[in-house]
Amino acid sequence: MKKIGTKIYVGLVMLFLYLPILLLIVYSFNDGKTSVWKGFTLKWYVELFNNSAIMSSLYNTILIAVCASVISTILGTAAAIGIYNMKRPLRTIVNNVSNIPIINPEIVTGVSFMLLFAFLGGILNFEMGFGTVLIAHIGFCTPYVVLNVMPKLRQMDNSVYEAARDLGCNSGQAFRKAVLPEIMPGIISGLLMSFTYSLDDFVITYFTRGPKFQTLPIEIYTMLRRRISPTINALSTLLFVTTIVILIVVNVRERRAEKARGEY
Amino acid sequence: MKSKSPAYPYLLWMLIFTIIPLIMVVYYAFTDSNGNFTLQSFADSLYYTDVFVRSLWISLLSTVICLAIAYPLSYIMARAKKHSQNLVVMLLMLPMWMNFILRIYAWVLLLQNDGLVDMAVKFLGFDVALMGNMGAVVLGMVYNFLPFMVLPIYTVMLKIDNSLIEAAHDLGANKFRVFSKVVFPLSVPGIISGITMVFVPTASTFLVAQYLGGTGDKMIGDVIENIFQRDKGVGSALSLALMVFILVFIVIMNKFGDEEAAVA
Repeated sequence: MKKIGTKIYVGLVMLFLYLPILLLIVYSFNDGKTSVWKGFTLKWYVELFNNSAIMSSLYNTILIAVCASVISTILGTAAAIGIYNMKRPLRTIVNNVSNIPIINPEIVTGVSFMLLFAFLGGILNFEMGFGTVLIAHIGFCTPYVVLNVMPKLRQMDNSVYEAARDLGCNSGQAFRKAVLPEIMPGIISGLLMSFTYSLDDFVITYFTRGPKFQTLPIEIYTMLRRRISPTINALSTLLFVTTIVILIVVNVRERRAEKARGEY
Repeated sequence: MKSKSPAYPYLLWMLIFTIIPLIMVVYYAFTDSNGNFTLQSFADSLYYTDVFVRSLWISLLSTVICLAIAYPLSYIMARAKKHSQNLVVMLLMLPMWMNFILRIYAWVLLLQNDGLVDMAVKFLGFDVALMGNMGAVVLGMVYNFLPFMVLPIYTVMLKIDNSLIEAAHDLGANKFRVFSKVVFPLSVPGIISGITMVFVPTASTFLVAQYLGGTGDKMIGDVIENIFQRDKGVGSALSLALMVFILVFIVIMNKFGDEEAAVA
């Protein structure tokens, strides 16, 4: 009896989480603009792929996410190594400042970037757009890289680096051959985190994008402001399916890797 | 590997893109358009006191409801088989990979006039507006942030040593006492971080109230977004107030969490 109760409870929560998404998916195939089912169609998907605004904003989103995550990862990994070598009071201060964009409400981060870019734009005569969005994304992604790399540095045995030096590596070689493999898992998870946060960001992009630059979340927002079109359902469905496929692939690969290592 | 220098680019970055933007928020909040010191922006901000209070009320309601749903769920999950635990965690995380605008839009589709839920309610003989009120805003918030409450509580519950529970049983405690004296006190750190992770983003969110709420349900995030187009001073003052409030809230929650941890 108790078992059934718990199952029903978990089921209800899952229904709450997935009913809206499932209906989005179902409606994306609905030949009619209202909630009433009028028959199966793929026309919203055709419309989606013919919508150049959506396609170009998708391109912008991916471009920003790739650039921001790569730059954040390099900047953040180097920063983590430097911070790791700092002494107590300084290290604490730097870590706290680094965490500001994580702790601060997103809207405040967005607004503060906007004030800076508006001010600098007035002096240096530029308009907000790709560059300012990229800077803002690097700004909120890098702290996550630092947070991911730092624990790996702490876990690492310091003598690994010294041993490599003693065995004749110069400092660059010792870093590449001894340190980098040790902290690699942290770097990778920092990169992936930055990439997904950048892809998904709406609030900070909204304040730093300027009048013309569109990313996908911004484009969705603008579309919803104008009118509700089932094209958005088609877009949501594709995004959701893509996510599931990526997650499954990642999971399966991890399982395989674990099996290969004999841990599973 | 003993050098601090790899952190220097990031230190410079933080100075320009974290610290200076925040100083600009403070500057605009305390000066008039000529750059003279004034508290006028704060005086003008008082006009939005009711919005501020309402935002906090909405956040509080959402946080309490999230906790009420998440606590039993986490309890069930922590006691389930490893395999189903992983499945439920995956299912909880999956919707979070969808952009929050799309998740809110899904609820608009359900709740709007002649949406599926609306039709069902009408079919049952009720005629109430499901959208455009505070309840819909709270629903959207709960939907968006529920996983942020479940995951920390679940993680803490996983760590509870089963032998403690068995010991309590052996010493004659009934189920209720085992829960109130062992399980609940040990899960408090998870509850604390869950509350922080739901309350902070709901309090500063914008857009959710614009989509699901009525004209009277605007939240502080919506006001900040709106007012920056007209008045940087008041916008900065409101941002500053929100930031300080959130920081104080986090500090208090952390203190509380530390004390609880020390007692336990």
